[in-house]
Amino acid sequence: MSDTAKHVLLEVKGLTMDFGGLRAVDSIDLTVTAGEIAALIGPNGAGKTTFFNCVTGIYTPTKGDILIHPKGRPTRRVNGNKPNKVTGLGMARTFQNIRLFPDMTVLENVMIGRHCRTRTGLLGAILRGPAARKEEQQIVEFSYTLLEKVGLAEFANEYSKNLPYGAQRRLEIARAMATEPFLLLLDEPAAGMNPQETAELDALICRIRDVERMAILLIEHDMKLVMNISDTIHVMEYGKKIATGTPMQIKNDPKVIKAYLGEDADA
Amino acid sequence: MKNLKQSLGVSLWFIFLTFPLMVVKVNTSEQLVEWRWMNILWVGLSFFILSFVWRYALAQKEARMMAAQSGQDGQVKPSKIRVLLENQDLRVKLMFALMAFVLVFPWVFDTYQSTIMISALIYVVLGLGLNITVGLAGLLDLGYVAFFAVGAYAYALLNHHFGLGFWTCLPLGAALGGLFGMLLGFPILRLRGDYLAIVTLGFASIVKIVLENWSDFSFGPSGIANIDRPSLFGLDLDIAGSTTYIYYIMIGLVILTIIVTGRLKNSRIGRAWIALREDEIACVAMGIDMARTKLSAYALGACWAGMVGVLFAAKTTFINPASFTFMESAIILSIVVLGGMGSILGVILGAMILILMPEYLRAFSEYRMLIFGAAMVLMMIFRPQGIISNIRQKYEFKGLKEKSENV
Repeated sequence: MSDTAKHVLLEVKGLTMDFGGLRAVDSIDLTVTAGEIAALIGPNGAGKTTFFNCVTGIYTPTKGDILIHPKGRPTRRVNGNKPNKVTGLGMARTFQNIRLFPDMTVLENVMIGRHCRTRTGLLGAILRGPAARKEEQQIVEFSYTLLEKVGLAEFANEYSKNLPYGAQRRLEIARAMATEPFLLLLDEPAAGMNPQETAELDALICRIRDVERMAILLIEHDMKLVMNISDTIHVMEYGKKIATGTPMQIKNDPKVIKAYLGEDADA
Repeated sequence: MKNLKQSLGVSLWFIFLTFPLMVVKVNTSEQLVEWRWMNILWVGLSFFILSFVWRYALAQKEARMMAAQSGQDGQVKPSKIRVLLENQDLRVKLMFALMAFVLVFPWVFDTYQSTIMISALIYVVLGLGLNITVGLAGLLDLGYVAFFAVGAYAYALLNHHFGLGFWTCLPLGAALGGLFGMLLGFPILRLRGDYLAIVTLGFASIVKIVLENWSDFSFGPSGIANIDRPSLFGLDLDIAGSTTYIYYIMIGLVILTIIVTGRLKNSRIGRAWIALREDEIACVAMGIDMARTKLSAYALGACWAGMVGVLFAAKTTFINPASFTFMESAIILSIVVLGGMGSILGVILGAMILILMPEYLRAFSEYRMLIFGAAMVLMMIFRPQGIISNIRQKYEFKGLKEKSENV
């Protein structure tokens, strides 16, 4: 992450999202550069997940621009693009409340992630020609390798609903990674995890940045995790961004302490 | 003791319920009332025993669920049938035996049997087609019969007006079915669950009403008669020969359907359908184009109905709108649900049971709907996943070489 450290991947300018009279996200500016782990924190209801939903195309923002600058590809404005389009362009996400495909096997869950990077159509699937078979083989191999990376290879043929909670979280990350994104958006990946699972996740996220070379933007409430791994932290409150900086700066920012960490600054 | 009391209560209740039906018989011509007291005894006794069976079955079911929950990984132990089916050797043998039986069927049994078999096979294909839409993609379709009607009328009209033959119309019917599937699919892309079901129901009604009332086009309720049977190299076949011929065509169609749906199920497209069924938002967030996936599921499901509709018209040589009622849609849906959503073997079994049973149990034809209903209720209580539940493909990794075994 040395030479490309300053390459901006995601650039959000003045993003605003209204629900009727409620302004959930209020002119947020945010950038994520290549090779960094950025965290988005804030009290409950601050608009973090809404921000995610805007960026990933689930909501169409009221105002503002979401620009992506993938390396080697032209800059694009992704406002109002359908979620599948956004994923195709290279931003994949996980969900706050796990959204796996429960009646599919673990491997198949990851294989779904390959959908937008493969092209076998109806006819190809029916005729099952050499090209289709080769592609299918590649999908399986790619997915299996990913499962090995997140440590779920032994569960490959289990139904995903039978996985323990922490493993389901990791599977969701693997599924998002299968779409080969340049930016991975994780919505509270450590929610509901015990300390040991959180530590594993910590290592996994760093590995994704360093080995897979994907930038990461994550929402998280676990301050220990956030302070440990983030390169940049953005703090939101009531839809507005109130601070940006390194973990050190954020820890000592009086505004943040007041808004978020409160009197009991345990971080 | 508690069980005895309960069973006694149940049997008394049923005696009371069936009293007017089983005991009192009014003979209107002689102004007599017949009292058949013996029936009370039979009803009471049978329900007494049945309630024990019922309780035993429920207990079994609960025990199984407990076992599944306390089990290490929550895996349900595979059933005996499943174990048998996974025996490769036995499977091949079974397959050959079945093939042989299927091939000699029309020569061993008479034309009547073949005709029944053809209609059962028609429902097999319909079930497998609907299985794509409902079982795999999870789009509840209550108007599937509309596509069947499209296929049947396509052949009937083309044959009547232009004299087009069966083999020309077969792909045309499939294409038209698919086209109508798309037409239906577009406006309901955004709908889900109940709303979707209602719109499909409405679509089927529209098709039927159009067929009934647009007399210039479809000849109205009187239908279209004298549709050509399929021709075999210009040979003139008698009815028996033609039935046998249609039977073999149907077998071919079924095999084609099984191969195609089986391959689709474990393909990139099939996985997208299942993902769509499981979680729409996650599915879209993983880069799957929802509109295209839904439309393809509708079109492909409808395509089979259109194709087999052509064959239906050719088989009966006469069609009218009365053949395409909601009841048909309901039966096809029952086949899919009863057989096991998403499972090919399950759907085939479901079709065979639901279509053949009433044919061979003519003696009980009065109680047909009663048995049908009871079977459905029992099924939903004891085996909600269907006769044969769908099992996902397993992959084996030997140095990342995948060898897949289809189920």
